[in-house]
Order: sequence, then C-alpha cells, then structure tokens
Amino acid sequence: MNSNIPKWVDIGLIPGLNLLIAFALAGIGVLVVGESPYRALTILLQGALGSSYGIGYTLFYATSFVFTGLAVAVAAHAGHFNIGGEGQAGVGGIGVALICLSFLGDSHWLLVFPIAVLAAVAFGVAWAFVPAYLQARRGSHIVITTIMFNFIAAALLVYLLVNVLKVEGTLAPESRRFGEGARIPQMNEVGSWFGLQLASTPWNISFFVAVAACVFTWLLIWKSKLGYEMRAFGASAEAAVYAGISPFKITMVAMTISGAMAGMMALNTVMGESQRLILDAVQGAGFVGIAVALMGRSHPVGIFLAAVLFGILFQGGAELAFEMPAINRDLIVMIQGLVILFTGALENMIRWPISSFFDFRATAKEAAQ
Amino acid sequence: MEAESEKAWHHDAEPALKLKGISKSFGPVKANVDIDLSVAKGAIHGIVGENGAGKSTLMSILYGFYKADKGEIFIDGKQIEIPDSNTAIAAGIGMVFQHFKLVENFTVLENIILGVESGGLLAPSLDQARKTLAELADEYELQVDPEAKIEDLSVGAQQRLEILKALYRKANILILDEPTGVLTPTEADHLFRILRNLKEQGKSIILITHKLREIMDATDTVSVMRRGEMTDTVATKDTSPEGLAELMVGRKVLLKVDKAPANPGKNILSVRNLNVTDGQGVARLKGIDLDIRAGEILGIAGVADNGQSELLQVLGGMRTAEGTIALNGKEIDLSLGDQGRSRRQIGISHVPEDRHRMGMIMSFSAWENSVFGYHNEPEYSRPLGLANQIAIQNTSRNEFERYDIRPRNIDLTATFFSGGNQQKVVIAREVERNPDLLLIGQPTRGVDIGAIEFIHKQIVKLRDQGKAILLVSVELEEILSLSDRVAVMFEGTISGERVTSETDVNDLGLLMAGMGEATT
Repeated sequence: MNSNIPKWVDIGLIPGLNLLIAFALAGIGVLVVGESPYRALTILLQGALGSSYGIGYTLFYATSFVFTGLAVAVAAHAGHFNIGGEGQAGVGGIGVALICLSFLGDSHWLLVFPIAVLAAVAFGVAWAFVPAYLQARRGSHIVITTIMFNFIAAALLVYLLVNVLKVEGTLAPESRRFGEGARIPQMNEVGSWFGLQLASTPWNISFFVAVAACVFTWLLIWKSKLGYEMRAFGASAEAAVYAGISPFKITMVAMTISGAMAGMMALNTVMGESQRLILDAVQGAGFVGIAVALMGRSHPVGIFLAAVLFGILFQGGAELAFEMPAINRDLIVMIQGLVILFTGALENMIRWPISSFFDFRATAKEAAQ
Repeated sequence: MEAESEKAWHHDAEPALKLKGISKSFGPVKANVDIDLSVAKGAIHGIVGENGAGKSTLMSILYGFYKADKGEIFIDGKQIEIPDSNTAIAAGIGMVFQHFKLVENFTVLENIILGVESGGLLAPSLDQARKTLAELADEYELQVDPEAKIEDLSVGAQQRLEILKALYRKANILILDEPTGVLTPTEADHLFRILRNLKEQGKSIILITHKLREIMDATDTVSVMRRGEMTDTVATKDTSPEGLAELMVGRKVLLKVDKAPANPGKNILSVRNLNVTDGQGVARLKGIDLDIRAGEILGIAGVADNGQSELLQVLGGMRTAEGTIALNGKEIDLSLGDQGRSRRQIGISHVPEDRHRMGMIMSFSAWENSVFGYHNEPEYSRPLGLANQIAIQNTSRNEFERYDIRPRNIDLTATFFSGGNQQKVVIAREVERNPDLLLIGQPTRGVDIGAIEFIHKQIVKLRDQGKAILLVSVELEEILSLSDRVAVMFEGTISGERVTSETDVNDLGLLMAGMGEATT
C-alpha cells in the first residue's frame, strides 16, 4: 500500500539495476561469441555518445521513439493498449509524403512543415479511429484490431508504393524524392545558425516537435480535466461511468491523441531522413514505443529518457555490428530484447527484494525505538 | 485473568484450539500482536473487531494462508505447525468464507468431493459422498439437494453446502467469516440453529462478525480485537452490545441513531413502472413504483442482489431503463446509460454501494477524489480545458476539516485511508453539493463503528434540511434505525412498504423472503 521505498530508489536505482542485469546478461552473450564484453560496451557507448555524429544519430532515433512511446502512454492512461503505433506511423508517413509530393513540396519548409504535421496527425488519427470506434461501440478488443490494422497499413503502403507513387522506370518501391521546399532543417544546420559545429546527421527539427509533444502530454494527463477523466476511466471503467464520464468519448479521444502521436513519428523519418516515402520508414519504432512507454512508466520525462536509451542502443548497436564482425545484427537485437525484458516485463523481479529490504529496515527502525 | 476465565468456561481439560502469542507483521504494519485465544470444545466463540483489526489475518494464519512470525498453535492440546490449508484441514479446521468457494456449474456432490476424490473414477467418491451427506443432513438439519447445480441454489443453501464441505472433511473446528451478510433474517436463524446443533455434537465454532446482535444471540464467549491486539475475552452473558462496541472502538459509542420524527414536505422523486432488463435478457427490475418526499428517508431493505443495485444505478444515470422517473415533477430521460453528469446537475447526488469499484479511484490522491463526478463544474475549470487544481484542493481541504477525515493530508492516495475515512471523502463530496435527492447505498459497509455514528448523523442532518434520501442497505438494523419509511425489494419487485415505526425485523424478514402480501 504505502511503500517504504524512497523515491530515488524507485525511479533511479531500480531501473538502473535492471539495466545493469540486462547488460550483464548481454555481456555473457558477447563472451559466448568470443569477444570482450568490456570492449563491446565501450564501442557501443563510444558509437552512440562519443561524437556529435553519434549523438546526432542517437537523438534521431530517440525522436521517433518519443512519439511512439507517447502514443502508447496516452492510450495506456485511458486503459487501452494501442499496439497499432507501427501502422499509425506508417499511414502518418503516407500523409506526410502526399503533402510533400504535392505542389507544396516546391515552396518553403516553413510553410510545408506545419501542414505536414497536420497531415501526419490526420492520417495517424484516421488509422487509430476505426479500431477505437470498434472498441467503443462494438467491444472489439483494441489489441486485436490495432494489430490487424498494422498489417492493413503495411499492405496499403506496399500497394501505394508499387502501383501509385513509384517512379516510372525504376524498380525500387519508393516515391520520387521530395522537392527542395519539403526538406526540413537538420540539427547541424540549426546549430550553425547559432555558431555550433555539429556533424551532419538525420537528427532534425522534428525533435522539437517531440519535446513539445512531451510537454503537451504532461499537461494533458496531469493538468487537464480530460486527462483526469482518461486516468479515471483507465483505473476503473465502472467508477468513470458513475462519475458521468462517457466511456465512448474517452476511448475515442484517447485513441485519437494516441494515433496523432504515432502519426507524427513519420515526420522524423519521412521528412527528416529519407526525403521520400519508402517501405520501412517506421523501422519498428511502433513496437519499440511499447517498451519505451513501459520503461518510462508512461510519464513524458520517463519516456524521453527511455527513448534516448533506446536511441543509444540502436546507434551504438549499429556501430558495434560494424566494428565487431562477430557481433552481428541478431546479437544486437538480443541485447535490445534483454533491456526491454528487464526494464519492462521483469521490473517486479528486482522491485520485490528491494522493497522487502526497505520494509525490513523500516520495521527494524521502529523496533529499535 | 485468562487462566481464571478458562477454568470457568471450559468443562473439558484441553481446549479444542489454543493460540499462544501469535504475532504477524506486514512490513511495518503489525496485523497481529501477541494474540492469545482459547476455544473450548463444544463452544461458539465470537470474534469482533473493526475492519483492519486483524481478524482476517488471524484466521488466515489458522487456515495456513499466512505463517505467523511468532507464536504457537495447539489443537486438542497438541502443538502443530500449519504451513498450508491442507494441513489445516487435516488438523480438523474448516473454514466458511464470506465469499463462497464453489464451482457454479458443478452439482452439490461434485463440489463436496472436489479435492478429496479417491481414485481415478468419480463414481465411487460420489456414492460415498451421497451417503455421508444424507447422514450429515439428518444430524445437523443441513438439507441440500445433492444433485442440484450450485447456480440453482439459494444463497442460504450454498452456505449450508460450505459447512457440509467442511464437515465432510471431518472438521472439528469451524470458522465462519461474516456468515450472515448475504442471508435473510430467516435464513440467518436457520444458520444459527445449525451452529447450535454442531455445538451440541461437540464441534467448536469461531464466528467472525461485525453484527453485535448476532454475537449476543449465538456465542458463548467473545473476543474483541483492536489494532491487531486481542483486547479482551469475555463470557457473552456478562457483556452487552454497548460494552462490546466500546471495547472495539476504545471509547463510548452511540449505537442508536438520534433523530426527530420526519417532517415530510412535497414530493421530490416519483418512480413509476420502472423496468430494467440486463444484458442476458434477465429482468432485474419489474414495475417499481416509489415516491420520496422532501425531508424523508426511504430505506430500501432486501437481501443483496434483489434489484437494489440496479435501482440505484438507474437513478444515478448509470444504466438505461423503461418507465418514468420524475424529479421535482420534471421527467428524466432514461434512454442513456452515461448520464451521471446530468443527474448531478439536476440535483441528484449518489453515494454508490461499492466505493472501491465506483465511488473513488483508488490510485488517485484524496483531493482528486474530492471532486470525482463534479470535476467539470465551472469553479474547478480553467481555460483550455485545464483543471483548476488550486480550487479543487481548497474544496478538498475544507471537506477534510469539516468531516474530520484522517489523516488530514489531501495528497495521500485513496488506498491509504481506512474504510471509514474513504467513505467520509465520498459522503462529503456528495452531501456538500446540496442535492435535492441523495442516493446512498450501503453507507457503512466496511466502515468502522466510530465513523458509522458520524455518517448516520450526516444522513439525518441532510434529511432535516428538507432533502429527500433514498437509502439502500442490506443491514436491517441500519434501515430500521435511519429510515422513516421502508420498502423491501425481492427479485426486482417491491414486496412491501412499511412505515418504520409500525414494523420490525420479523415483518421485514418475511417481505425480504418474498412472503409478504404483495406476492400472496
């Protein structure tokens, strides 16, 4: 009920220890393939944080994970498990691409970017809307329907890229390159406006949108009446009905905001990196978002930190696979999996002994008095 | 004193059950502190105490759910360890839980043998159980149809089956946890007859209840628990309900509600031909007619689950219904099931029956719960859909002060408060809205005696201010002491209506069992 665990242990020590265990196990994996875990860790951290190039990529990945993590968290507060971030982001990408491929693509990014944000939101929302409606009106479980919508989104994307948007005479399933007006500034350009020297990376200004989304989510969940209703409904649907909160409204609104967050993730990759619509613009970020939300305890600050951690794993992991041929892509995925397992799913495994230790200490202190 | 009194009550040399120095802590919470208890063979021993006094923990230790940190257990003078419930059963301890542990779609016999089947085939076990059951039924007035499915049995019969299950496993010590909560007065009488039969056969019975009346009627000795300690053990004949209440709370309590005669004014609520059918197509309310006037408390009596919950939910705007409901002469639309907010706006406040599942969000802070359902009021709003948290906290702080809610800290999570203080948060919230009609379900369920007194006073005070109050409670005593009129519900109908001063427990008991004038 009222735990004796100090706050710093709760939000600092426990996740830290979980991370440590995950890395220790990953280290064993590295040993098994005949490499030095210490050197692997050094390369991973060096690759992710050791240069402005590494940091740029780390934060580029983190930007995607913030969006998809927030998407999962917003729905989770209202008691829904939105697994459809992948699909919603994919469809959001279609929205972004359609704007950038239109005549707008030849104007200026200051004009295109806000419109592209709206398009990402609208398309992401549209993709979340149908599962939300089916849940709210028909009781079809949102976990099932959002997963199904991920597949539909993937199929839709393939159809569009193969039949509609593909450049005539090429074999690659991708759209044409966006116009120069649809190119949003990368952070190294932003840095140069202020006299900062940064390496050229895909880290771009959608990072600021991600930070704004974090602030928005914090205000929404903890400061607004709507967030209050969402949390109430998420904690107890029956109590929410008692209080006159409409389950239909909350489900629809929460999934709408969730879909909007996921949709905006496409800004980062489609507009900020590839500059064209490609098949794997989402790169699994929709699913990483689940782990990020779990690890970040559905709190914007936690989500931001968790997203950066996963950014480090992605960027550092890529460097690691490059530097140490014995460590291939699959081992990297295993390391990421271990982190998700320990920080998310097995969180209670370490929490239990720690909380009994603090309970014991509290009892002992009381007995001593 | 313990040794002396033991001599006085126990004819047999060894008590059937003896606990010595049992202690159990959960972290810093001391649930049981150095408990001594002795139950004689052939005695009914009552244990009373408020919620959280440690009764359930003690019984869980006896039944092997928890392991005591310290202390010894003796059965018939022999010390034993009880690491799990199988050991407890083998030692002759039987438990009848408040919530029955029966498989709904099994027959009585199948439930009896569940867990004690012998061999790979069921038939021999069933035959044996049938024989034993017939013997037990004769011996103890415990008739239950062996071939009936559980879902077709009345609650009383299900409870008899739980007792039979324990006896079939050769229990000598029978523990009953709040056994009468779900029974009509007649069924409760039947239960106590059974317990007396068992006692005459030399069985020992431990009766856990918060109903002091039952303790006085049924037990030989009674122990009082308070804050994890066994504060006293006395012979029942030497004590009184008032004395027990004082021992439970630690101060004098007023068990009787002090109230002047009602002074009813104009009609506030009128309900006509109200019908509710649930999702399975079962009629839950059948043609309910009700009137409540200003300055009057209408009590709805009845065994749980006879339509009272549905009535509250319809009035509170939580479910749809057919028929008409008018408040102050204005008809209410019953076609929508999410009208909690609009009900509040027209002056209906609602203290729900189950505060954990409905009345509060247990993971929210107390101040967030202080406006639950009223959070959209303009005074709690700021531009852009933000909440005016300062105003909400002020309201909460105010109510904490006026209703003496403890601990006096609005930032604590709802789970941190005792049942009585949680209920005070809910009642403060609903009463302070100054409603025309207050719906209040099980106002004192899981609430300590000290808070019961306070809550009852608040309800009477609201009535005296000229409000209409609909009180639903399964506690007949509460209904009788608070209401000005009583309507009894049975299977979704009103089986009878009485003026409180012209009725009594027996009269209402018949109506609760559907044997009143309305059904004959």
